[in-house]
Amino acid sequence: MNLAREFGEGIKISAHAIFANKLRSGLTTLGIVIGIVTVSLMAMAIEGLRQSFMRSISALGADVFYIEKYPWERTSAWWKIRNRRDFTIGDAKIIQRESVHTLAISVENSATLPVRYKDRNASGAWIVGNNEQSALVRQLNVKQGRFFSEAEVAGSRPVCVLGADIADNLFPQGGAIGERIQIGGKNFDVIGVNEKFGKFLFANMDNQVIIPITRLTADFVRDPYIFFMVKIRPGSAMEDAKEELRGIVRKMRRVAPGMEDDFAINQQDMVIKQFDKVGKIIASVGLFITGLALFVGGIGIMNIMFVSVAERTKEIGIRKTIGAKRRTILIQFLIEAAVICLLGGLIGLGVAWGASVGIKKFLPTEMSPSVAVLAILVSLVTGIVAGFLPAYRAARMSPVDALRAE
Amino acid sequence: MNLIRLQNLSRVYQMGAETIYALRDVSLEIQRGEYVAIMGPSGSGKSTLMNILGCLDSPSSGKYELNGTDVSEMDDNDLAEVRNREIGFVFQTFNLLPRSHALHNVELPLIYASIDADERKQLAREALASVGLADRMHHRPNELSGGQRQRVAVARALINKPSILLADEPTGNLDSKTGTEIMALFEELSRKGNTIIVVTHEEDIARHAVRIVRIRDGLIAADERVRPSEATVSV
Repeated sequence: MNLAREFGEGIKISAHAIFANKLRSGLTTLGIVIGIVTVSLMAMAIEGLRQSFMRSISALGADVFYIEKYPWERTSAWWKIRNRRDFTIGDAKIIQRESVHTLAISVENSATLPVRYKDRNASGAWIVGNNEQSALVRQLNVKQGRFFSEAEVAGSRPVCVLGADIADNLFPQGGAIGERIQIGGKNFDVIGVNEKFGKFLFANMDNQVIIPITRLTADFVRDPYIFFMVKIRPGSAMEDAKEELRGIVRKMRRVAPGMEDDFAINQQDMVIKQFDKVGKIIASVGLFITGLALFVGGIGIMNIMFVSVAERTKEIGIRKTIGAKRRTILIQFLIEAAVICLLGGLIGLGVAWGASVGIKKFLPTEMSPSVAVLAILVSLVTGIVAGFLPAYRAARMSPVDALRAE
Repeated sequence: MNLIRLQNLSRVYQMGAETIYALRDVSLEIQRGEYVAIMGPSGSGKSTLMNILGCLDSPSSGKYELNGTDVSEMDDNDLAEVRNREIGFVFQTFNLLPRSHALHNVELPLIYASIDADERKQLAREALASVGLADRMHHRPNELSGGQRQRVAVARALINKPSILLADEPTGNLDSKTGTEIMALFEELSRKGNTIIVVTHEEDIARHAVRIVRIRDGLIAADERVRPSEATVSV
């Protein structure tokens, strides 16, 4: 009997056996369904998290350096760097004057303060102190009104630009421009409202109120942790720009030659690298745990196949008596296990796809073809691996003994 | 020409420390076209002999030549092929696949012989018709009477045109009337030149055969010709 025909016959026989024991096959399949659902959902969640992170990270800007006191990566001991001097608002001007590669520089500091307009409150709003160049560097678009000017920053004017969500919150009917709101008990005039920025992994950018940095430090933050976002000119190489900035800041802070930098120039890549490290751990732990679910499903298959073989000992005997070879019997039972698993895999994939529609609301994820193919392959392999031992046992039965079974 | 030739054949079972001789030094020759009954009480070794004749089991020592080939040293897979090609089985308990209808049961040996589906179905239909079951092809075993089931089994046994029809207590589960019918069918098959070996403990059934081989304690106790052969032995 040739192999193709054996497969054809095996599929027919297994379909027969599976439908003859609907409840049992169904329960066994359920084990695989759960396994496949958890594994593929985990794979999707991991991929979604990564994409979401990448999207957020791109908001940091690939062409932006963050000059600040501390590095994002903890490379040196805390006690070595804790006495570093703070940056000041004025440092931005020096950097901008000296640097060839710098397109714009944003001064940054923030605080969390209550915001009020008449009887409407927004507690825990994110108050960001910026300078006039921040809108460009931070890729913020003002929808209504305008961003504040250099003069307003220099004069510490009490003006503010609202994020889209907080504007909706305080002014449900619109008309925010020109109104006076209270931030931390002080009056500020609304001069602009930002376009919706969208989701960001770390914080809601639409829940922020931007005020001149000078005002923030004057009214609210006594010892500000000032840092700078430096946007590099298009066409400038990031490496060159970084070296140039390093030299400028060293000179500005009077770091003696041969001494270590007493500041850090951070960039997007560092976060990505860190995330990749953590992401890999999360992914492997997550897949391992969900893999256990699939493993349990596989054990279920093995169990049921042992039962199936025991139950059909007589049938195996009859088939062997009239000429079925070991291989034929082996293939028959392997196919049965594989078909059950494949069925489970397909159902599981369907369920996971349904669930992914729900997950989409939180994570930018989709059932990718690679996940689908992987799930099908995994279920097939599970079936063959779990089915092998029972099938092998069936194949090796002696026809005389098998026929005697009742 | 000898279809079957057993030479000093023994079959030993090891039951713990005890060694049981189911067959001791049995030598036997059966011609093509013979109708032989193998008789003996239970425990005599006749089932072991039938298993070996049917290539379901291998002898511990000795030689078994079937149709000119030594099958005593064959492995599992080769034996499966020999069973498929050379031997048609009829059992006391019919041994049909319970979930398959008559036609599928009959065509099963042809599936393992790699015959095309169309030819397979055609041959199976003819075989069922020849045992008088043309109108029962799509009935499952549990929808058939005992006699009809045994006819399906006979049709299945003959479908591959085997060298031997090997029947193990073929009437054991049938009432005497249907039993007689099945034995009549065997006689007809014998007349047509089929080699038939019936294993039984019933004298009445054995009487249908031309030759009776009596087994006792693993030995051939008697080998007698009860009536002249009706078949035209063609070699």
